[in-house]
Amino acid sequence: MDWLALSDEEWTAIRLSLRVSSVATIASLPAGIAVALALARGRFWGKSILNGVVHLPLVLPPVVTGFILLLLFGRRGPVGAFLADWFGIVLSFRWTGAALACAVMGFPLMVRSIRLSIEAVDRKLEEAAGTLGASPLWVFATVTLPLILPGVIAGMILSFAKAMGEFGATITFVSNIPGETQTLSAAIYTFTQVPGGDLGALRLTLVAIVISMVALLASEIVAQRIGRKVHFE
Amino acid sequence: MSLVVEVRQRLGGFTLDAAFTAESGVTALFGRSGSGKTSLVRIVAGLARPDEGHVRLQGERLVDTKAGLFVPAHRRRFGYVFQEARLFPHLSVKQNLDYGRWFAPKGARAEQSGRIIDLLGIGGLLARAPANLSGGEKQRVAIGRALLSAPRLLLMDEPLAALDEERKGEILPYLERLRDEVGIPILYVSHSVAEVARIADRVVLMNAGRVETIGAASQVLAGPGLHSAAERREAGSVLSGRVEARGEAHGLAHVRLAGGALLLVPASGLSVGESVRLRIPARDVMLALTRPEGISALNVIEGIVDKVERDGEGMASVGISCHGDLVHARITAFSVERLGLRPGLPLHVIVKTVALE
Repeated sequence: MDWLALSDEEWTAIRLSLRVSSVATIASLPAGIAVALALARGRFWGKSILNGVVHLPLVLPPVVTGFILLLLFGRRGPVGAFLADWFGIVLSFRWTGAALACAVMGFPLMVRSIRLSIEAVDRKLEEAAGTLGASPLWVFATVTLPLILPGVIAGMILSFAKAMGEFGATITFVSNIPGETQTLSAAIYTFTQVPGGDLGALRLTLVAIVISMVALLASEIVAQRIGRKVHFE
Repeated sequence: MSLVVEVRQRLGGFTLDAAFTAESGVTALFGRSGSGKTSLVRIVAGLARPDEGHVRLQGERLVDTKAGLFVPAHRRRFGYVFQEARLFPHLSVKQNLDYGRWFAPKGARAEQSGRIIDLLGIGGLLARAPANLSGGEKQRVAIGRALLSAPRLLLMDEPLAALDEERKGEILPYLERLRDEVGIPILYVSHSVAEVARIADRVVLMNAGRVETIGAASQVLAGPGLHSAAERREAGSVLSGRVEARGEAHGLAHVRLAGGALLLVPASGLSVGESVRLRIPARDVMLALTRPEGISALNVIEGIVDKVERDGEGMASVGISCHGDLVHARITAFSVERLGLRPGLPLHVIVKTVALE
């Protein structure tokens, strides 16, 4: 069973992938909830445009999304230059850039799921909370958020899964640097490009399957727990 | 305490234009569905904004469109009991009850939470989830939740409308106890004459977005002001009295009315010395010029005709003063003619004990 033993490089790719996906999911969550709220509840000019922009990564070829990110967040891009000059944050060719690419790709899925759950919330309950003295912020924290939790978790799982599988946008934006931006998918791709790399690709493929299964099972269990508490009416 | 409301609001083709004041005790907003009761109470609660007008509680301005003032619902501290219980499904009954307490100002927190829970009979439900409660239980928890937020005013928007007759009967006694024991003024929205008669001290009669009449419950519910045929059929007199004695053998109680007349009523749930409110449905009252003999009805009271009002549809409402208590009878205009009823005529009022609740 020696062929199953993972090399250091492969371990690095796995750890990097998990880190990039987790950071992408968690960092984009507040924005995801805010945008979902705006789309579900807001009435403002340009709502359709916001909706379109959010969903763009879903329909564009990932390479195009990656290229746009490179233009915007690259060293000389308008946003990238600003971040580098003022905050010393560099995204291009760093793992943080990979996280950004994954977050952008997973964002529409996350927003969609959260938005649907917000639309399903009975606003009469929020009204009742208001008459009991809860300010809008407290109503959100104590009534809305607990009620949409299953949707939020589903959205996070989708975003995480998308991030684990993300390839095109990431490789276009931050390239394929071992130890810095070479995620699981990129590593598998690299293995398939070199002679005799099939075994390595197979090992990483098995790892990818295991991670996906664990994530799915975990989400199922969490969703059931919360669902039992929230969705009985 | 006094609540002053004077608002106007356009809702599509419907215009709400109402003004009333409510004092301590229970004020009922009464009228048929679509008369604007709920819109009005939502404005009082701060859940809706009027186009024009003002709402004041004891001089404190809550809404004043001229000054651009609008205090949002969560700062008004008005308890609101909705038609549906609206319990939070993700919280237990106890957590639901505590919800309003978290936000009540420290000094105003209802100290007697135990008493309110006892009063509503929900002590045994605390650990349950709202989904596992019956409709009546849910509504009682909702009432408790509103009361425990230490409200300055309790708004109840048809709290019994979503329940069947049996559940209504289960909750009404709790509401009566609430009225008598909790010193919070209550604004009670309802379209049921029976409910309003049992609960309300004063009635604001609404029709098509306007306030038609304001007055004591006994006056407004007497009939002539009521609009639909269904409401008139439900019209009746509301009299208060005191239980003098209970006859266990027959399950009857003697109730002495304020004016001195004695009535026999079903004794269930009454205790001696208790003050009670009786509703005598006008259609269950018979009139006789001479004292009837050999009749099953137990209550025969002497009275004098106070006024006769014909409704133009072959029916008439007759007010009879019985030692000062005004009893209303709904009889046909034909009977009025036949008996020659006119103000000042002495006669006998006959009420079946069974008709009294």
